[in-house]
Parts: sequence; structure tokens; C-alpha cells
Amino acid sequence: MDPVKVEVFLQTLIAGILLGGLYALIGLGMTLIMGVMRIINLAHGELMMVAMYMAYWLFTLLHIDPYLAVFIVAPAMFFFGMAIQRFLINPVLRVEAILPENQVILTVGIGMVLSNLATIMFTSDYRSTPVEYASDAWYLSDLWRSSPIELSFSVPWVVSFLFAVVITALLWYFLTRTDTGKSIRATAQDRDAALLMGVNVERMKLLTFGLGASLVGAAGCLFIPLYYLYPALGGRFTLIAFVITILGGLGSTVGAIIGGVLLGVFESMTATYLGMGWAPVGRFIIFVAALVFLPGGIASVLRRRRLGG
Amino acid sequence: MRGLVPIAGIILLALLPLVGLSTYMMHILILVIMWSVIGMAWNLLGGYCGQVSFGHAAFFGTGAYTAGILYLKLGVSAWWGFPLSIVVVGVMALIIGFICLRLRGPFFALATLAMGEVLRVTAENLRGFTNGTLGILIQKRTWVEKTWYYYIILAIAVFTFLLIRRLVNSRLGYYFLAIREDQDAAESLGINTTLYKTVALLISAILTGFAGVFYMNYMGYIDPEIVYALHDISIITIMVVMVGGVATFWGPAVGALIMVLLAELIRSLPRIGTAHQSLFGILLILIIIFLPNGIVGDFPKLKTILRRRA
Amino acid sequence: MRPLLELKGVSKFFGGLAALVDVSFTVNEGEVVGLIGPNGAGKTTLFNVINGFYKPSKGEVYFDGKRISGLRPHRICRLGVARTFQVVKPLQRLTVIDNVMASAFLRSPSRQEALERAEKILHFVGLYEDRETVSKNLPLGKRKKLEIARALATEPKLLLLDESFAGLNPKEQAEMIETIKKINREGVTILIIEHHMRVIMSISNRVVVLNYGEKIAEGSPQEVASSPEVIKAYLGETAVA
Repeated sequence: MDPVKVEVFLQTLIAGILLGGLYALIGLGMTLIMGVMRIINLAHGELMMVAMYMAYWLFTLLHIDPYLAVFIVAPAMFFFGMAIQRFLINPVLRVEAILPENQVILTVGIGMVLSNLATIMFTSDYRSTPVEYASDAWYLSDLWRSSPIELSFSVPWVVSFLFAVVITALLWYFLTRTDTGKSIRATAQDRDAALLMGVNVERMKLLTFGLGASLVGAAGCLFIPLYYLYPALGGRFTLIAFVITILGGLGSTVGAIIGGVLLGVFESMTATYLGMGWAPVGRFIIFVAALVFLPGGIASVLRRRRLGG
Repeated sequence: MRGLVPIAGIILLALLPLVGLSTYMMHILILVIMWSVIGMAWNLLGGYCGQVSFGHAAFFGTGAYTAGILYLKLGVSAWWGFPLSIVVVGVMALIIGFICLRLRGPFFALATLAMGEVLRVTAENLRGFTNGTLGILIQKRTWVEKTWYYYIILAIAVFTFLLIRRLVNSRLGYYFLAIREDQDAAESLGINTTLYKTVALLISAILTGFAGVFYMNYMGYIDPEIVYALHDISIITIMVVMVGGVATFWGPAVGALIMVLLAELIRSLPRIGTAHQSLFGILLILIIIFLPNGIVGDFPKLKTILRRRA
Repeated sequence: MRPLLELKGVSKFFGGLAALVDVSFTVNEGEVVGLIGPNGAGKTTLFNVINGFYKPSKGEVYFDGKRISGLRPHRICRLGVARTFQVVKPLQRLTVIDNVMASAFLRSPSRQEALERAEKILHFVGLYEDRETVSKNLPLGKRKKLEIARALATEPKLLLLDESFAGLNPKEQAEMIETIKKINREGVTILIIEHHMRVIMSISNRVVVLNYGEKIAEGSPQEVASSPEVIKAYLGETAVA
């Protein structure tokens, strides 16, 4: 084996896993909303874009580090998400229309407004957040002197990834160990049954949308040290979140995590071996393959295993 | 009497260029009619058959690229795109249908959206074939004047209108509606839902492809960002139908008129121009909340509201 | 008597859960067979298997001598099996007549023919006066009738009725019994899921009893009503019969 090739492969794999961890966070928000509300939130990426601008301005004006900004932006997005749910989505749920997809189209409208308002307020310039550790990296040879190959670990990527892991763990704790979390899961599983058991379904919907928004908001802060920011970036991340949701299995949190990592690795591989321009195509190939060969997503595979059927 | 309204309308539209409209007015009219075609095509699949597509740009763009590549690679007139697009767009629709039609409701919508994006990215990357992001430019358009373009798109629109009206009133139309209302019930009452959904998609796609072929010939320039655009084609298509009226014969035309005029109006306003997406988005939100069946579909409701005010 | 519908060892599993276990029985031409059992006994699942929504995990279903298990629902309907749903599924925003026409097109491709057939059927079930009503505005009793009218419009040889009586008042129930008897007299074989024992006793020639996905009894209504197994299955459930 050519050590250079091994290095490239491993480096690509690491980049993919790091990216995948962040993707998982974005996908989690969408899949939660999907599970509880049966709505696909097509403004998901735009919500992230809004969060990124918050983090950007917090850094530029107040010199607050993006990783600290998570603790300001995520709660802010929580309330922003709840407001969208309360004042825009809820009214539409009650409207009688021929096409039930109205709700999805509504979120498209919200996304359009958000990205356009961002263009008007902040222009369509590309912005980056010049954190001083932006290009720092750890090297494998620092840890292991006699390593036959050299791998680098970008500091902001690793820190963002670790943040994503911690947030995911907290979310898991919230959903499985707290009463509110359990109520949210019950609502996702069977709304009518949850209602009969005394769960306040309306409140759960509100909380879930807020939670979904704050998760993607946190992801936005974690992306800020890594990516350029511009108003139209939301659409791309909406699609990514959706692909993860389908790949993971609708409404499945574990599926979303695995799906996010898989997608990250796959994209990173296509970018390295086929060229940057094809990375989005790789994303869609995974998406189509999941639709055709794995209709229930990763969640259905997990379920089959568990039941031994 | 009612049957005469469309005929009178067509005659009126056919005579319109004789009045001597300005080039700009003709351009607006042509755009309105083109969007009516796309809207009617979408409406067949979305409004009548209940399969909401978020990716009609896939068919529009493929139609446009069929015409463009004929010109670019074979040196043939882009007008030959019309016959050829039936095959190319048809095959595309079958492939997309095979992948997406097994999904229901919002999942179908999103899958089609992804398909449109796949085609856009593919067109951007297959540079040797499509010229990539440089796009395709027709050096010399067939006519400088607008009149012929007007009659061609009008003919396509009339054909589309009559075809769809005929389909909707036939056995097929009943099957489409049955599928929209309840797929399981339709299937258990002997309707081959997969087949008829595919038929609706196929017809809708080919008609949308015609609009794309026309666009290439008329505008003389395309690139992937323009013809495979998510917002400016796929979403606007949905808006045209939602504003006008889902599952109505005249809704798409009304919606196209309003949307094109609105777009022009907004563009002409200094400073507000950049906000056009916000305004469209707000319009979309308002329509969904207050007129979920569009202007034509909720016309009775609109009338009572207006009367109460008066 | 000629067997029309034959189930041979039909089982259906969902994951590790068994909804139907080795169910076999026959419905003969011209019969009215009642399918009863406590809630969750697998009755509707059995309908879904017969009508093609589910493929049986094991076993086969024969209709008119032809194997139908594994075919898609619309193919099975075309062969002559129509069904109604426990939760009625009319085409909400269409009028009553359009609802029936949508199914009538299966056997009569021309619009005129379909219209005539639809009108005849609406007369038959007593919905002709409501033909222009949008079906979501119908009261439940009439929606149940519409459900039957739509199924009849496909000209079935076998009609599967899923709880056509649930939620009806006594007068509507009596009408429904008459309608079903009338359909049967026209030569349509009927397999009916029902909770009301009185109804089952008055219209069925034979009764099949399911419990936990298994067939526990089969016979004339009297035989079944006195079977100790059946009584045991129902005790604690509801004190019926």
C-alpha cells in the first residue's frame, strides 16, 4: 500500500466524520420536528443561516467567541422557532385546503423571506469569522513520534465536532430521562395516545419546533469558524438535513446521527476522489439510493435487528 | 354559453398583437402565457392527482437543455427540441417517477425537489456536454420580433388547456381525483395507482418540457442556475398555481398573470427590487393562510368578503 | 356449492408480532359469512390480506380458483373482490355521484355508461337523493352506504364489509341489514366483519371466529354462539349474545 494513498484516505475519512457530526446535529433538529409535527421544515437551513449571522455579529461587534455564542444563540433560536410555530405554522394546520402539502410550502415561504431579508440587511457578501485558531491543527506525529503516516486534525473542526457530540448527548438525555422529553417522544409515536395519556400535545409541538430550531442554531455557531457565511447558504443545508432525515428514517434520532455521519463521510469521499463539484451529487446519490433500496431508512434496519424478524 | 368563453378568450388573445403593443408588453404577455403552461402542467399532477412536485424545474430545464444541446452539439435548430423533448423529458419523467412516486405526500414533494437539484448540479458539472455554468447561447435567434414567439407559446397554451380539460373530464380525471383524495381507497377500488400517477407525471412533465424548449428558443440563453432553479422555477410554479387556484381550469392562468405582473412591478421599483423574494414569500404565506384554494378556487369566499365590506 | 374464496394456512407477521396464524376457511358462492372476534383478533388484517394490501407471510389465498395472494389490490379488485373500510374513506371533496363513478369506470369505460351505472347503484342503496352532495358533508350513516355503493360499482363477486354497522342507530341498522340482504340476493357473496351479534345472527349463513389471530371456531351462527371456546374468548371482553 502506498502510504500517501493511505494518508489521503484516512484524512478524508476523518474530515468526513468531523463533518458528519455537525450534519447529525442539523438532521436531528429536522427529524424531531418531523416526528412530532409530521411537517418537513424546509426553512431549516435558513434558520441555521440566521443563527450564523447572530454568531457572526456577536463575534464581530462584541468579540464573543463562536463557541461561547452557542449559549446565547441556541436559546434565542429556541424562542424564534417557537414564534414561527405559534404564529405561522399553527394557523395553517387548521386551514382546510385541497393540498395537505400547504404546510411544507409555507415553510418554503418562510425560508424565502429569511434568506432574502438577510441579503437586504447584510448584502450577499461572503463573510468569514477570523478566529485566531482558524488554521491551527494537531498532528499525529506530535502524539506519536514514530508514526509511519502523517495526519492532521484541524482545531476548529475537532472542537466543533466535540461540541456537537456533547449537545447530542444532552439531547439524548433530555429525550430519554426527563418527563418533557418522554412526552415529546410519546407525541411523536402516537399523537392520539399521547393526548389520551394527558400529554399537552400543543405545548409539545411548540417545544419541539423551538428545540429543532435551537439545535440547528447551535450547529450554525459550530459551523461559523469553519465556513463562509452568505444569505443563500440556507437552501443547501435544508437539503442536507432532509437527506439525513430520509436516510436515517423519518423521525428517528439514532437514524439521524448515523445518517449524518454516513453522509459526511460519503461527501468527503466524493469531494476527494471525484472533485469538489461532485460532492452535492454524491449527497443525492445517497438520497436516491436510500429511497429506492432502504425505504424506511436506517431506523428500519435497526428495528429489524432488534426484533430478530 | 359557458363553452363559448374559452373560444372568445382565445380569439381575443390571438388578435391582441394586431393592436400594436410595445415590445415590452409583448414580452410580458409571452411570459404570462409561458407560466400559464407550466402552471397548468403542474396543476394536472399536483392539483388533480394530488402529487405535489417541488421539482418541476427538472422538466423545464431538461426541455430547455434538449433544445440547447441540439443547437450546441449538432448545429440543428433549437426548435427541433419540441419533438425530441417528448422523448427526453418523457424518459426523465419515467425515471423520476420510478424513484419518487413510491413516496407519499410531503416525501414525494421533497424527493422531486432533490431530483431538480441533482439535474442542476449534473448540468453544472457535465461541462463537455452542457457547457457547464457558462450556459448555452444561441448566436442568432429566429426572429427579432416577438409576434411569432407569441403565437407559438399561445398555441402551446391552448393545446395544454384543451388537453388537460379533456383529461380531467374523462375516466382518467376521475382516477386522478380518486388518487388525490385517498390512495388506499383508490387502489382497493381497482385503480392502478402507480400507473395513473405515472401517467399524470408523464403528461405534466412533457408539457413543462415544452415550456422549457420554448424558453431556450425565445430567450436565446440558458444556464443551469436559470432553468434548473429551485426558487425561480420550481417554487414559482407552485406559487402560480396556489395563487390562481389549485385544481381549477383557469387558476394557473390567473396565477401566472398575477405573478408575472407582480415580479415586473417589484423589479421596477427602485430599492424594493432586491426584496422581491421576501414579498413573494410573504404573499405565499398570506395565500396559504387566507386563500388556501387560490383566487379562482376561493372566489366565492372572496366575493362574500368583498360584499360584506361594501 | 362452489368455493369462491379459499384461505389456506394464512399467517401474517409484523416484525416478530403474529397478527394471523395459520388461518384456513372457505367462503362458498352465494353465502354470507360473518367474521367475528374480540378487538385486535386480526379481522381487519385478514381483510387487508385478502384484498392485497398485505402479502401473507405464509399460506395462500385463492379466489375463484385463482391464486390472488401477492397480487396488488387493484388487480384483485378487477378479479371481483371489493371491500369497504372500517374507517370510511370516501373521496372527501367529490360529490356522491362522482365517488361512485370513479369506481364504476372499472367496468364501463365510457362516461355515459359509468354515469348510468352509478345512478342505478345509488337508487339501489338509497342515496340517489344525495347524489350531488359533497361526500364529506354526509352524515355517518350515509357515508357507510356510500362506501358500499362504491364497492358495488366495481361489480364484485365477493364483497368484504368491514364493520358497516358501527356507529349506526337502530333504524339505520335495520336499513343496512335490508341492503346487505338485497345485495346478496343479487348474487354477490359477502364476508362481513361485525361486532353486533344480533346482526351477525340475522344475516350470516356461517360464522368464522378469530381470536389472537387464530381461527377458534367455524359453523352456523347457533353452533358458534354455543361453542365454549367462543364464549371463553368473549368473556371479559363484552358480554355479548
